[in-house]
Amino acid sequence: MSRQQILRDSSMEISMKDLHQIGIRGSNVAAAGNCPVSQCAAYARQCLAQSCGKCVPCRIGLARAAEMLERIEVGDGQESDIKELKDLLESIKISADCAIGSASAEAIFNSIEAIMDDIESHVKKGKCIASFKPIPCVAGCPAHVDIPGYIALAKEGRYEDAVRVIRYDNPFPAACALVCEHPCEHVCRRNIVDASVNIRGIKRAVVEGAGEVAPPECMPSTGKKIAVVGGGPSGLTTAYFLQLMGHQVDVFDKRSQLGGMMRYGIPRYRLPNEYLDADINAILKTGVVAKTDYAIDSEKFAKMKEEYDAIYLSIGAHAANTLGIEGENAENVLSAVALLRAMGDGNRPDFKGKKVAIIGGGNVAMDCTRTAMRLGAEKVTCVYRRRISDMTALPEEVEGAIAETCEVMPMMAPVRIETDEEGKVKALVVQPQIPGAYDRGRPKPVKADKPEVTLECDYVIAAIGQAIDSGDFAQAGVPTNRGKILAGFNTLIGDSGMIFSGGDCVDGPATIIRAIEAGKTAAANIDEALGFHHEIARDVEIPAPGVGILGKTGRIDLPEREAAERKSDFTLIEQNMTCQELKQECGRCLRCDHHGMGAVKGGRTSW
Amino acid sequence: MVNLTINGKQIAVEEHTTILEAARANGIHIPTLCYLKELNEVAACRICLVEIEGVDKLMASCNTECEEGMVVHTDTKSTRYARRINLELIFSQHKTDCLSCVRDGNCQLQEVAKELNMTRHIEEVDARPNRWKSSRILERDNSKCIQCFRCINVCDRVQGMNVWDLLGTGKNAKVGINPAKKHFLEICALCGQCITHCPTGALYVRDDTKKFYDAVEDPDMITVVQVAPAVRSAYGEAAGLPAELATEGRMAAAIKSLGVDYVFDTNFTADLTIMEEGSELLKKLGDKDAKLPMFTSCCPGWVRFIKIKYPELVGQLSSAKSPQQMFGAVTKSYFAEKNGVDPSKIFCISIMPCTAKKYECDVPEVQDVDAEGGIKDVDLVLTTRELTRLLRPVDIASLEEIPFDSPLGSGTGAAVIFGGTGGVMEAALRSAAFLVEGKNPDPAAFKKYDNPGQAWSEASYEVGGTTVRTAVASGLANADALIQSILKGKTDVDFVEIMACPGGCAGGGGQPIHDGLELAHDRGDILNALDESNAIRYSHENKEVAAMYEEYFGEPLSEKSHHLLHTDQTKWSL
Repeated sequence: MSRQQILRDSSMEISMKDLHQIGIRGSNVAAAGNCPVSQCAAYARQCLAQSCGKCVPCRIGLARAAEMLERIEVGDGQESDIKELKDLLESIKISADCAIGSASAEAIFNSIEAIMDDIESHVKKGKCIASFKPIPCVAGCPAHVDIPGYIALAKEGRYEDAVRVIRYDNPFPAACALVCEHPCEHVCRRNIVDASVNIRGIKRAVVEGAGEVAPPECMPSTGKKIAVVGGGPSGLTTAYFLQLMGHQVDVFDKRSQLGGMMRYGIPRYRLPNEYLDADINAILKTGVVAKTDYAIDSEKFAKMKEEYDAIYLSIGAHAANTLGIEGENAENVLSAVALLRAMGDGNRPDFKGKKVAIIGGGNVAMDCTRTAMRLGAEKVTCVYRRRISDMTALPEEVEGAIAETCEVMPMMAPVRIETDEEGKVKALVVQPQIPGAYDRGRPKPVKADKPEVTLECDYVIAAIGQAIDSGDFAQAGVPTNRGKILAGFNTLIGDSGMIFSGGDCVDGPATIIRAIEAGKTAAANIDEALGFHHEIARDVEIPAPGVGILGKTGRIDLPEREAAERKSDFTLIEQNMTCQELKQECGRCLRCDHHGMGAVKGGRTSW
Repeated sequence: MVNLTINGKQIAVEEHTTILEAARANGIHIPTLCYLKELNEVAACRICLVEIEGVDKLMASCNTECEEGMVVHTDTKSTRYARRINLELIFSQHKTDCLSCVRDGNCQLQEVAKELNMTRHIEEVDARPNRWKSSRILERDNSKCIQCFRCINVCDRVQGMNVWDLLGTGKNAKVGINPAKKHFLEICALCGQCITHCPTGALYVRDDTKKFYDAVEDPDMITVVQVAPAVRSAYGEAAGLPAELATEGRMAAAIKSLGVDYVFDTNFTADLTIMEEGSELLKKLGDKDAKLPMFTSCCPGWVRFIKIKYPELVGQLSSAKSPQQMFGAVTKSYFAEKNGVDPSKIFCISIMPCTAKKYECDVPEVQDVDAEGGIKDVDLVLTTRELTRLLRPVDIASLEEIPFDSPLGSGTGAAVIFGGTGGVMEAALRSAAFLVEGKNPDPAAFKKYDNPGQAWSEASYEVGGTTVRTAVASGLANADALIQSILKGKTDVDFVEIMACPGGCAGGGGQPIHDGLELAHDRGDILNALDESNAIRYSHENKEVAAMYEEYFGEPLSEKSHHLLHTDQTKWSL
């Protein structure tokens, strides 16, 4: 008789773990427009399946909650059920013995609070207000690019057509091929099978394969003139679509080159100039007139209003937030905006042999960190007051920085910057933190019982967010709130009539694809406001899906250049797929435009 | 060409052919349920599944294209197994009250069940709740809906009305009206195309056959029946009567055999419509201030469409009532006076290929004989399908042909073509040319509206030295395209005929249903043949119409005809 045994997961336990994994991946996909009450009810059932059955609130209460949700789901709920359900969940939350009951009840409670409109519609009208999204990636892409369409074309090697398809909705195929945050992949239905399709990777291969593709012909001239202030992704998108619709667009930009944050925020090793310029040149080929080194003040803005039929403000978020700590005005304290702007114009500061400290945890902080390393710094340290897992930077950016021998120090809050006799930075003093209670979805850093740490350094770069420099426009009467221009979801500014705005200057710093979304929305609404209803022709024939969709097959990730080599130059890090890889990756696309609801509504019904 | 093998047979098909169509073209049968060619290829029912060598899933043959070298098997253990399970799943949610179902014997679900030899007993049917609030014309029974998407697609793609939608997701998904939209009657043209494309009894028209019997059985009532042109092209289909037996004369005899007092013909008032509408057109063409084009107004589905989508154009509809309503008005005025009968004792029944006519006969603004006395011009509308149900006990083939009754029973060749797309236009132009030029044109001079593949047809004619520019469309999505083109100034015409149903009334929402077949064109051919064989082919030559003008109305557009034969379309409520 042995007294103890080594325990291994039984096949049942392993299969349950697999099932939960698939469940988690699947629910990301389903979240796009499925009935939220149905999902809450299913989650309640799942929580109940975790219950051991000992305690009353969890065993009986969760079951009752699940039943009530199911009743509401099918339209049989009473108005009194809503309060009863909330009371029940609240009671489970505070009276359950362990987290299985209390955390489940809390999660369900919070969800039903958030979806109350839909619950009420179920109860009162027996109808769900959520609208199903037939093609998850297209719905997940803010610009709603026809992703299955261009993947199908890429599979057949029709790269130029694929670029044309992307440009129906997004005039930045090359820039997005390299630096889009690809929210499409997060909701890709392929996640249920194995892992999402590498959509951005395919786009990269498409762009490389196509070379230069001329933009479509513009529609007949309407004689209307439109001014776009700010030549970033949002402004240039608006300009592109309006010009195609037959209007004449002039783009004004403060800087010497177009591109906005794509040029003055994103480093060249992620987005080389030739890619960005390829997109911009195609946009300019449509006849858009660019006026660079042309700042618009309130006086010029007033004149602009008289000269143009409509105005789109897309001035971005190019001002830096300040640290608010002692010594921040010392020499060699830079903002991320200032460093990356200088880089964009080719003015590279010399960090050779210097020690550089970067403050922040977003993608911009990582850009500064990795840029500092490439500028020859002897040592680069990124300090962040929360955990690495709390960083808003993409995990691959953080990993890339670490691979390039940058130091990432989490749980360190900046306290002050010490200077030498000349007033130059000598050190950054940081205070260790511990993660505290959750606040708005992530733990709040709390001062740790540990002494301050002094990081010797020659430069401090603050990458703690950007602000919007909209003062001139506010003065001219454009409504703003803390710098943000106040425009509706239709991009129209209040009762201005013909002034629209979108992108970072409205939303605050966000992604390129969000800026493109705003630009596209503005173009359509400006066209409509001018009394037209132009639609961009969609004339590329998309290949039928056929029967060749691959079964479970690994996702192909794009390789990167070796860290030791790449860390000292600004050449593009990421490498392209081979033809073999591209063909396989395209074969993984499930063609949701054809299978499932794609064949019925919102999908493609003929080929 | 693409070469493939289906069930061991080597075949070659055009590129982009689906496996299903390739199989059908080569005599290989694959069962289908939700499929409608080129209209509903959504692969929802999963009945048409086939096995393809090298593919680990069964594929829907209806929307998978043939590929070079493909080896397909349509009848294997897996396909039989999957089809049977899927059909059982559909049955588990389908209320099977087949014996009393209006579609018994004409139901695609029943057909597939027979074909797959469905003998398994379904113990408990989970027929989903029916939340449909009756529109009192078009009815929907969710417990019979198999969610095939046909109604959604025919409404979206053929009719452009977007009334139906799939609401909810997962097990709660069901067909309904988009909640964001208004009340059903405010968005639906009531064309009935969803009904004629429904594979089961989930969508149907209100049944009024009991009211018919009530009237016939009432000894105090004089029952007067009018039969629309398109009905005669289809009434025999349900009984399997060949076209040469399903004549107008036998139709009149069959209806008479049901116990009605008079069987008249809507063709009579179709001719009358031409006199009024044609005169109205000529008047408008001569009036510089008149807003053109003038639109025909005989199709209530189209009238509802224009009121829903283009209320600003309602004033351009011809003010002439539809032949159905003219018939009701004439019956209860001219006919009643002529025969010295109290109009309240006349029960006016019309047999129509149409669902929207049930709406039209109830529109308050169209009751002109004696609305205050509670008299409806037309009391009851039955669809062609209701007529065929009434005629089930009748052995039509054995009946002797009889003529329509007089005086409201005569119709010209021009009237009978009202039942097909382009017919009203053609009939109007024949008489307009006569009215202007004083001599009859060649009756075949105005046949330029058969334009397959195009949303609408345009033609210009010289009439008395002026050019009349015309356009014809059928199907509401086509009508929408034409109106858009007119509004944008791309199409500039004087007179437009629109029929809500594709192919016109011959393809109407009240006509007999044949799953997967569109018979409007064939029925239109029957109507054209009736026109050609008619001795009189001009509405102005209808002697009984002429007599009625002489005795009663005076002339077209007279005060009396304005009162009884015209209406203010802008006042009609939806």
